[in-house]
This record gives sequence, C-alpha cells and structure tokens, in this order.
Amino acid sequence: MTIRTEQDTESIAAALRGEAGVEEMRAADELAAADAARRLVERASAEGLADVSYTVADSPFGTLLVAATRRGLVRVAFPEEHLDSVLERIALRLSPRIVEASAPLDPVRRELDEYFDGRRREFGVALDWSLIGPFGRRVLRATSAIPYGGVLTYADVAAQAGSPRGSRAAGNALGANPIPIVIPCHRVLRRGGALGGYGGGVERKRWLLQLEGGLKGAAAAQD
Amino acid sequence: MSDGLPPFQRFLDAHRDAVWRFLVRSVGRAEAEDCFQDTFIAALRAYPRLRADSNLRAWVLTIAHRKALDAHRSRTRRAVPVEDLTVVDASAPMPVPRDEALWDAVGDLPARQRSAVVLRYVADLPHRDIATAIGCSEDAARRSLHEGLAKLRKVVPV
Repeated sequence: MTIRTEQDTESIAAALRGEAGVEEMRAADELAAADAARRLVERASAEGLADVSYTVADSPFGTLLVAATRRGLVRVAFPEEHLDSVLERIALRLSPRIVEASAPLDPVRRELDEYFDGRRREFGVALDWSLIGPFGRRVLRATSAIPYGGVLTYADVAAQAGSPRGSRAAGNALGANPIPIVIPCHRVLRRGGALGGYGGGVERKRWLLQLEGGLKGAAAAQD
Repeated sequence: MSDGLPPFQRFLDAHRDAVWRFLVRSVGRAEAEDCFQDTFIAALRAYPRLRADSNLRAWVLTIAHRKALDAHRSRTRRAVPVEDLTVVDASAPMPVPRDEALWDAVGDLPARQRSAVVLRYVADLPHRDIATAIGCSEDAARRSLHEGLAKLRKVVPV
C-alpha cells in the first residue's frame, strides 16, 4: 500500500467531516434516530426487557411522573420532584433498565383521571412495594386500608404497624411514601384533626381530603 | 447527583444520534434500522452489569461496530455472483456525486479501517475510544484510521 502524505489524508478527512456535517442530513438523521429510539423503547417495554417504564400523567397538581415495574406501580412523583433525580434514584434502588413508555402506565393514568374527577374511590392497579422498607410497608399497608373519605391519626397507623409509640416514625414513613395518592397517606392526620405534614405539600393534602369528603371526618375527630 | 448508571432512557437519548450516524455510514440507510434495534436491545440486556464509570459512548459504539460487522457478513453471504452483474460501460461513467462515491469507498474498506474511519469522522470519537470500540490498541486504531484514509485517497480524488 502506498503511504500517502499527511496532507493528502487530511483532505480526505476534511471531506468526510464536511459530508457528515451537512445540516439537512444531520436534521434528517436526528429525526430518524429519534423514531428508531421510540420503536426500540416500545419493543423493549412490550417484550419485558425493561425493568421500569415511566411516563407523565396530567393532574390538578400539574404533571405527575408515574413509573411501574412488571409487578406494578412503583412510584408517583409530584411536579416539584426533579424527574431526572427521581429516575436516578430508581436506577440506583431497583434497576437502571428504565425506559419512557406510556402503554404499561395506561391503566394507572386512567384510574388517576377518574379519581381526580371524583368518579373513582379505590385504585385497582397492582403495586410494587420494593421502594419501601419493612417498617414503611407496615405503615403504608395500614394506610392503604383507610377507606375513601376516612381518616386515621399518626398514632392509629403506628399502632396498626405494630409500634404504638412510633407516631413520629410512622410520620416519616408516610412522608417517604413513594406512591402518594394511590397509597393514601393524605388520609393520616394529627390527633385532634390538624392536617400534619404531606410530602406533596399540605395544600394538596387538604385538596385531596376535600375531594374525598374526608375533611368532615377530620373536623369530627376534633370535636 | 448519583454514582450509578444513568437511567437507560437517558443513555439512549444521549447516544442514539451517534449510533444512528455510525450505522448509516457503515451499513447504509436500509440496514441501519435493524442494526440500531439490535445494538440497543443488546445494550439494554447488558446495561445493569456495566460499571458506572464506563465510557458509555465507546461501549455502545463497540456494540454497534459488531452489529455492523454482522450485517456486512450476512450481506456478503447474500451477495450476487459476479457473473450475474450487468457490465457497466466504464467509458461512460455515471455522474456520481463526489460524496456518494466517497462513502461507497468507505463501505468497501476492510472492516477495521471502515469502522475506524466512521467512528472518527461520523461519531467523532477520539483514538482511545475507537481502540476500545474495535478492540485493539490505540496505536493500531491510529494505523487503521490512517490506512483507511490513505485507501480512500487512492480511490476518490479530492
């Protein structure tokens, strides 16, 4: 093979670079790559190759992030929670095989719509509890049993979770609820009916309780 | 904020353009789609076992390079026998745009040189990452790149 001069190969290199940089070609390639990526994600999700699928859902609170594993809904995040950091935490805790795919989340989005419309009192979607520790599970299972329109106190929930003096710990577990709204931690109030805290902000807690008619229960608990 | 791998979706968003351009240039537009799917499905399967500090672009282009090699091999197996080809009158050359001729010539390079050229000038990878992608030393990658360019120079007058 003839070894050419550095200058010769530089002109070829310049031609290769120049061609690759043509603006229209680049734009068309980016569209084609985006389409190919979308098809990939749909396929990965349909064939069960992804461990976590996520999408966004409209709500009266703004855009929620909803994420599910093969087992079920694993995370609901409020608009202020930064999407990337929510996903990064899921990647660390569960699996980095996370794709944006709406089809697996269609049932939960529909149920959330119905709930926010006042047409649904219970969620039927399966839940994945794997982001919740053992104590948190006990607390949040007790919480899940509170019916629509009902409320319990932190002490009640702590007692049902098997640690009667653990109101504060129960409050922490509720505050760390990774699946708010669907696991109704908004139904747990302070003794005497004060709202207490809420991971999504206490105004939202009030809004949810009003939607469910649970504020009357809270007022009654105060009497 | 985290020390882990980025969520796969972020990885896909960040590297899909580079992989797509690499594949279009190394296997052609018609086969790029299949190779793209094969590349990222393979990447998705292997993803959780990857070290968090891996060079993700070099890694995914390594997979794309292998998928491109597979595509070239199966194309060679399907290739039309030479005697069936219509003889083209060389005295009346078709007006081929220079860039097409250049990229046709890239397609005719030996596999390693082709990958080196495309990884360098389409995917914009540094020599070290080209070496990772095609599985050789940095010096060997430099040599392949240089040899590829030299051959192109011979085929296509610029």
